Amino acid sequence: MADPTNTKDRLPPEVRAEALESLLTERGLVKSEVLDGFINRFVNDVGPMNGAKVVAKAWTDPDYRAQLLADGTGAIKELGFAGPQGEHIVVVENSDDVHNVVVCTLCSCYPWPVLGLPPEWYKDPAYRSRMVREPRTLLSEMGLDLDDDAEVRVWDSSAENRYLVLPQRPEGTEDLSEEDLAALVTRDAMVGVAKVSAG
Amino acid sequence: MDGIHDMGGMHGWGTVAIDPDEPVFREPWHGRAFAMGAMSMGLSGTNLDAFRHGLERLHPYDYLADGYYGRWLACAETLLVDSGVLAPGAVEARTRNLMGEPVDEPADVEENKPTYERGGAGSLREIDDEPAFSPGDRVRARDMRTGGHTRMPGYIRGRTGTVHALRPAALLPDTNAHFQGENPQHVYTVEFDSTELWGPDAEAATLRIDLFESYLEAT
Repeated sequence: MADPTNTKDRLPPEVRAEALESLLTERGLVKSEVLDGFINRFVNDVGPMNGAKVVAKAWTDPDYRAQLLADGTGAIKELGFAGPQGEHIVVVENSDDVHNVVVCTLCSCYPWPVLGLPPEWYKDPAYRSRMVREPRTLLSEMGLDLDDDAEVRVWDSSAENRYLVLPQRPEGTEDLSEEDLAALVTRDAMVGVAKVSAG
Repeated sequence: MDGIHDMGGMHGWGTVAIDPDEPVFREPWHGRAFAMGAMSMGLSGTNLDAFRHGLERLHPYDYLADGYYGRWLACAETLLVDSGVLAPGAVEARTRNLMGEPVDEPADVEENKPTYERGGAGSLREIDDEPAFSPGDRVRARDMRTGGHTRMPGYIRGRTGTVHALRPAALLPDTNAHFQGENPQHVYTVEFDSTELWGPDAEAATLRIDLFESYLEAT
C-alpha cells in the first residue's frame, strides 16, 4: 500500500467505490439494485421526519409522552419506527432547567430509525472533540445560546443505547395540530443543538 | 486503542457550522460507500464491533482524508481483505484499471473468515448475573490500556462519577471485535462532572456516558 500521507498518489474515493462495487458484483456478492434500495431507504424513508412525529405526539398526548420517557424503544416502535442503530432508544427531555445534547466521540453513533443518517456537523472532528469539553461554547458557535442557569447535560453514546432529545414545545403553538407541530420539529433540535421555534 | 478516532476533548479542530440544505448523501459515491460498508460485515463474516475497530485501525490520514464515507469505504476494504473475500491490492488495482492505468489484478486468495460463537442478532443480551452497581453508586473508570478495540474513551479513564442508570446488558465490544467471545455484561450510564474530567476551570456541565461493567470499579 502506498504511503497514505503521500497525497499525490492518493486514489480518488469515488473511483475506489466504483472498483469495490465492481469486484463485489462480479463475484455475485452484492447486486447493484440491492445497494440502490438500501440507499433509497435512507434518502426517502428513514429520516428526521420520523423523529418529528414522535416529538409531536409526545407534545400533544401526555400518556404517550410518559410512555416515551419510560420506554423510548417501545413507544417509538408503536409509531412504526425501528431497525438498525435503534436497539435501545432512550428519550431525554429538555426543560427550562436542563438542556440535553447528544454526541458520539468515538465514531458517529446516531439513532437511525428516528433521525436517519447523521449530518456532516455531527461527524465533524470539531463536534466530536468539543461537545464533551466545552458544550456551551460550541453550542453558541452553532447558534444556540443557553440561559446561564440551565444545566447542560451531554450524552456521549459510547455503547448501543441511542439518545433522542425531546425538545421543548415552543410557546404560541397551542392551537396547532399534531401534524403541524411535526413540521416545526427539526433534526438539530432532536440532537440538542437547537431549539424548536414556532415558525 | 489510542487512535485518531478517540476525539473526545482534543483541541485544534476549529469550529463547525450547520448546513440546513445538506443532502443525505452529498456525492453519489457516499451512498455506495455507506451501503457497501454496511454489507461488508456480513460479507466478511465479521460484526459491528469489528467494523468499528476497522475504522480505528485506518492510518490517521486515511481516517480523515476522505471524510466519514471515505473511512467507511476504506474499512469495508479492510474487512473484506482480512477475511480473504478480496485479495490484498485488488481494490487498488481495479481502481487503476478504471482510471486508465492498466495493471495486473491480483489472483483471488483463500477465504479466511473468522469463526466464533454468536449469541443472537444485535448487541443486547439477557444475562443472569446481578448488576455489580446500582444508580447512585460512586464508581471509577478503570485505567484501562489496550491496543485493541474498546468503547471506553480515553478522557474517562481513571475518573470518578456516579451511576445514573442501568441499561440493557450487551455483548462486550472489546472481545467481540476480536472474535474472542461476546462476554455480555451489564451496561451503566455514568454521570461525571465536567470539573472531574477537565479540571477546575472547566465549563459547568454534566457528562453522561454508557460504560460496560468491566470498565468500572467501586470507589
